[in-house]
Amino acid sequence: MTINRTSGRKGGFGHWVRQVADHDVFYSFTRSPVTMLAAFTTFVIVFASIFAPWLTPHDPFNPASLDLMEAFTPPVWLEDGTWKYPLGTDDQGRDILSTIMFGNRISLIVGFFAVLLSMLIGITLGTVSGYVGGWFDVVTMRLADAQLTVPPILIALLVDGVARTTLPRELQEEMAIYVLIFSIGIAAWPQYARVTRSGAMVERNKEYIAAARIIGIHPVRIMLGHIVPNVMGPTLVMATIGVALAIIIEATLSFLGVGVPPTTPSLGTLIRIGNDFLFSGEWWITIFPAVALVVLVLSVNLIGDWLRDTFNPKLR
Amino acid sequence: MTDPYQDPLTSSPLLEVRDLSKYFALSSRWLSRIFTRQPRPVLKAIDGLSFQILRGQTFGLVGESGCGKSTVARVIVGLYAPTRGEILFEGQFVNQRNHRFSRASLHSRMQMIFQDPYASLDTRWRVRDIIAEPIRAFKLAQSRAALRNRVAELLLQVGLSPSDGGKYPHEFSGGQRQRISIARAISSNPDFLVCDEPTSALDVSVQAQILNLIKELQRRLGLTYLFISHNLAVVHHISDHVGVMYLGRLCEVAPKRILFSQPQHPYTRMLLDTIPDLSLTGRKRQPVTGEVPNPINPPSGCPFHPRCPVTNERCQVEQPHPGASGESMVACHAVEENRLQ
Repeated sequence: MTINRTSGRKGGFGHWVRQVADHDVFYSFTRSPVTMLAAFTTFVIVFASIFAPWLTPHDPFNPASLDLMEAFTPPVWLEDGTWKYPLGTDDQGRDILSTIMFGNRISLIVGFFAVLLSMLIGITLGTVSGYVGGWFDVVTMRLADAQLTVPPILIALLVDGVARTTLPRELQEEMAIYVLIFSIGIAAWPQYARVTRSGAMVERNKEYIAAARIIGIHPVRIMLGHIVPNVMGPTLVMATIGVALAIIIEATLSFLGVGVPPTTPSLGTLIRIGNDFLFSGEWWITIFPAVALVVLVLSVNLIGDWLRDTFNPKLR
Repeated sequence: MTDPYQDPLTSSPLLEVRDLSKYFALSSRWLSRIFTRQPRPVLKAIDGLSFQILRGQTFGLVGESGCGKSTVARVIVGLYAPTRGEILFEGQFVNQRNHRFSRASLHSRMQMIFQDPYASLDTRWRVRDIIAEPIRAFKLAQSRAALRNRVAELLLQVGLSPSDGGKYPHEFSGGQRQRISIARAISSNPDFLVCDEPTSALDVSVQAQILNLIKELQRRLGLTYLFISHNLAVVHHISDHVGVMYLGRLCEVAPKRILFSQPQHPYTRMLLDTIPDLSLTGRKRQPVTGEVPNPINPPSGCPFHPRCPVTNERCQVEQPHPGASGESMVACHAVEENRLQ
């Protein structure tokens, strides 16, 4: 893609806005209504989950405010529904809308930091493998191959299980979210490592790297200053789709009962709780968190797809 | 080795290369090598090169594609470690044993200009940062203001404007990019520049501008060049001495004037015959025949003998060594035996 920079003139917010508006990527964004809708939805979800403690109509985690008499209240448009609980309540009288907003929060935190961890591991190992090569490359890449033969969800389950058994019981609940981030992050690094490595191998042989080596710049600085910025593009696109995948893995683990504890539920936990009541008629307890999960994952995925298409000239 | 063009009055050698060789081991798959029980093939990219470059002069290195010109450049600047031989800079050894030590002191004094102006600049860096990279690496500027001034001065020196520093490389044409590359190369005040085909990726009109810039900088900054090219006209324009390479070896080294007026080695003659010349119209010419042999499996004896018009049995078995002939150094049995007309 070419960047229409108005050269020479400098400075200011106005200049920056003009640059963004002139940019091909921005143009492609305005030409894709689906992406705009997905971006808008993602923005609303992110906004709602960041400000969840102030936006939610109820505090679902304060037992004092819960009323068991109001458990299993249906959504507002059904008989017995009230505006007090627009999407109904669950078995303990918690407001579904509020729990979804908090659940989104957990899902987004886990998804974002898990991807950050995978990128950190993957880009580091991939850059060193591609740039330095030799036995380090062989060992790292065979390790990545070995891990890719096992589905990421199983890796995450395994790491999660091991981490849980090594942690003392009293720490397990509060560490649950870090364990999740760690296990999902570990599960996804090979993709980032592979993409970064192939990019680094291309960049390594370019003459600007030779120029830096002639000056005697340290290999670490060459990797950080030259290689990584030049190979980051594809990984950022992958990362967007990776966030959606990490959210799904988190939801799956929580659904299976090895994720975050029911006291601080994520979307997966909510779906599992509601699953018990699906056949007794209280469908809203599981359906609304499930719809929220689908909408979140779909929006993030659509943005990722658009990014991939925009940054890949061959697909244009 | 005696030097045929040493003139004690003009200058002393800045860079000297003795018996320089670089072999590349091919096919690192040891498993398949074990199964086929074949020795690891070796590519002799350069084999026993000796020459020297006088201070303030330009040494042109010519040869066909794949003859090892670029490998010579990369070995001299330290991107490859030589397999054998010595490099002397100002009479000091730049050899492998204290490689790291002596290289560190040489980094700022030896720079390189590359062939491909599109790959030699990091597309994510602004031009001013690209040019400042060596200055920062060697801490040559005391302050940010000094750095800014130095970059502006360098941009002016290579015929660009100081405001170009804020742009990115993709905003420039090939010739302008090559100017940026030159500005980066001279930013650390080097004595010696290796130019690896700096004009071969450019339009003919732009080539001349870049060549003149390179010459102009030599005059103003007292630079010494190793200038690599496959273009004889370019080498004629810029060099003081010329070395002709064939399959990793030097066939002939001579002052430019002598090489172009009285070429001795049959290969040099063949190359010079390819230059179109109006005075030659209608006359019979000897076209370049054959191709460069595979360097993994070079011919026995003199590597040029399969294409040589004056070859005999000795050429097929015995490798010729460079010997003085007039003002030139020539590696040819025919020249040695006066078999040439």
